[in-house]
Amino acid sequence: MSMTTTNDLIAETQGKRRFGASDLIGLGVILALAVVGYFLFPTNLALLTRIIAIALLVLSLDLVTGYCGVATLGHAALFGAGAYAAGIVSAHYGINDPFAMLAFGIAAGAVAGLICGAVILRAHGLPQLVLSIALIHLFHEFANKASSWTGGSDGLSGIAPSALFGLYEFDLWGRTAYVFGVVLLVLVFFVLRLIVRSPFGMLCRAIKEDPIRIRSMGASPKAALMKMYVISGAVAGVGGALNAISTQVVGLDSLSFTMSAESLVMLVLGGTGSLFGALTGTIVFMFFEDVVSAANPFHWLTMVGALLIAVVLFAPKGLYGTAAAFVARRREAK
Amino acid sequence: MQTVLSIAIDALAYGMVLFVISIGLSVTMGLMRVVNLAHGAFAMIGGYIASYAARDLGLAYGFAIVLAVFGTILIAIPIERLLYRRIYGAPELTQVLMTIGITFCIIGIANYVFGPTLKTVPLPAQLQGSVDLGFRAIATHRLFAILCGLAVAVALWYTIERTAFGVKLRASVDNAAMAAALGVRTEIVYAVSFAVAVGLAAFGGVVGAELLPVEPYYALRYMVTFLVVVSVGGAGSIPGALLACLLLGGIDTTGRYLMPEFGEFFFYLAVIAIICVFPRGLAGRAKG
Repeated sequence: MSMTTTNDLIAETQGKRRFGASDLIGLGVILALAVVGYFLFPTNLALLTRIIAIALLVLSLDLVTGYCGVATLGHAALFGAGAYAAGIVSAHYGINDPFAMLAFGIAAGAVAGLICGAVILRAHGLPQLVLSIALIHLFHEFANKASSWTGGSDGLSGIAPSALFGLYEFDLWGRTAYVFGVVLLVLVFFVLRLIVRSPFGMLCRAIKEDPIRIRSMGASPKAALMKMYVISGAVAGVGGALNAISTQVVGLDSLSFTMSAESLVMLVLGGTGSLFGALTGTIVFMFFEDVVSAANPFHWLTMVGALLIAVVLFAPKGLYGTAAAFVARRREAK
Repeated sequence: MQTVLSIAIDALAYGMVLFVISIGLSVTMGLMRVVNLAHGAFAMIGGYIASYAARDLGLAYGFAIVLAVFGTILIAIPIERLLYRRIYGAPELTQVLMTIGITFCIIGIANYVFGPTLKTVPLPAQLQGSVDLGFRAIATHRLFAILCGLAVAVALWYTIERTAFGVKLRASVDNAAMAAALGVRTEIVYAVSFAVAVGLAAFGGVVGAELLPVEPYYALRYMVTFLVVVSVGGAGSIPGALLACLLLGGIDTTGRYLMPEFGEFFFYLAVIAIICVFPRGLAGRAKG
């Protein structure tokens, strides 16, 4: 896939492995945006928290699609698994500590990642895509049928997370959930930044470029991709758990094909193969959605379609990728 | 015994409708290597045009079908010229995004123009009621759908195996660059196949309107089914697509009859199993 941001690669081949200045700037921007969001939309923190949860899903999708080149339309399965796991331990087993719920969400996401990876990585091209679609529908049907556990189409309710550290209640305004989400996002971003720059991350990129060569060099593409899928599942699980904790319900839509397709749209809108691209795409898409779909949900679909076509035609690297390429050209010209 | 028979007939009719719609997708995918997720949207457009012609304008059923087929082709031509042209040979992810974008747009527009309700294509008197086959009666419409499917299969087989155009088509599928070097106008082959594919999709959308009801989310709901059929059958293979349609139609219909509460669970389970065993489809070739 040609949608990589090549300057990331260049930066890495120059041996910038440690946590460099650009990462600090990135973290600073995330925190600044979080603070600005808090003061700009004090009554709409639920939306901001949802954006963070979806951003985690898109980041995890970026790991397999952007860094490993696996085309999938079923990534919400991992997110939904995390959300349902966190919801079920709270609603059915009374485990209400947010950190325990989070741990269950991460574990379930990783297990779902293992299952999906084992199935999806068996094929390439169109069959791979179809496998991912079949999987998300399978997960959806399963959650729909196991209604004594998941609440079926009514959604899973009765999730009651206890106070964070026993001090901060998850209040009606969603302030605690928002801060919790921002902290999670920053932590995940930091860890992922380390992972994608590690030798393992570079191996995954190399597999995307040329799997046969990697095999002949003595590494196993399948094993590396499986590992990345499990990591991706864990990240999506964090997002799912955060969504379950903050909204206190889990609906079937978190396991839907639409959710998977939308997360892919967000990723491509921002730019694949870069963590900042994933974040940019999510924020732009979600705000756009909030504004337009409030006006008319059907025009919303037409708009998304037109947006997608425009991105494919005019900005195949995505918003962040195009901007980064522009900045890099400017720097070279100097 | 009665249940087995009705399952078999429903499965056959459903499979044939699937075949008529998805064979065009299979041929274009084998030919142009485009993962076209918008194929179902063209079937939906056909259904809408036929419904408008037959129900609102009161035209005859046969005329409505013709109108739907040509109307859909007319709508599809500019889309092909302006959008599809640019994604031939592009990476899969790009093709998926572009065609999903087209699907979303068509859904949104259909919803705006025709409203969110179900549209029916009224059947003529000859196709209502049922036919007695001696051992049991079956709905005439089902029989009609089965016959249409068979006719399409035979006509396509004849075109591809026995005519000069079919030779060019097969040559372009196998190696487009070599065929072009030998004097085959591949862009004309592409354009004709695309038009035929879209026309067949529209035809299937009208004939199958009783089994796959026409509504704005048609394109999204059955998109997956059509893709699955092509992928299971192997892109570009008519016997493969026919086999896949009958097999998947059978599994889906049996599942619905015997275990309705599990919905499409078994359908997708079967899809995963088949693709894992035959990663290139039932009749797929070594080079995909």
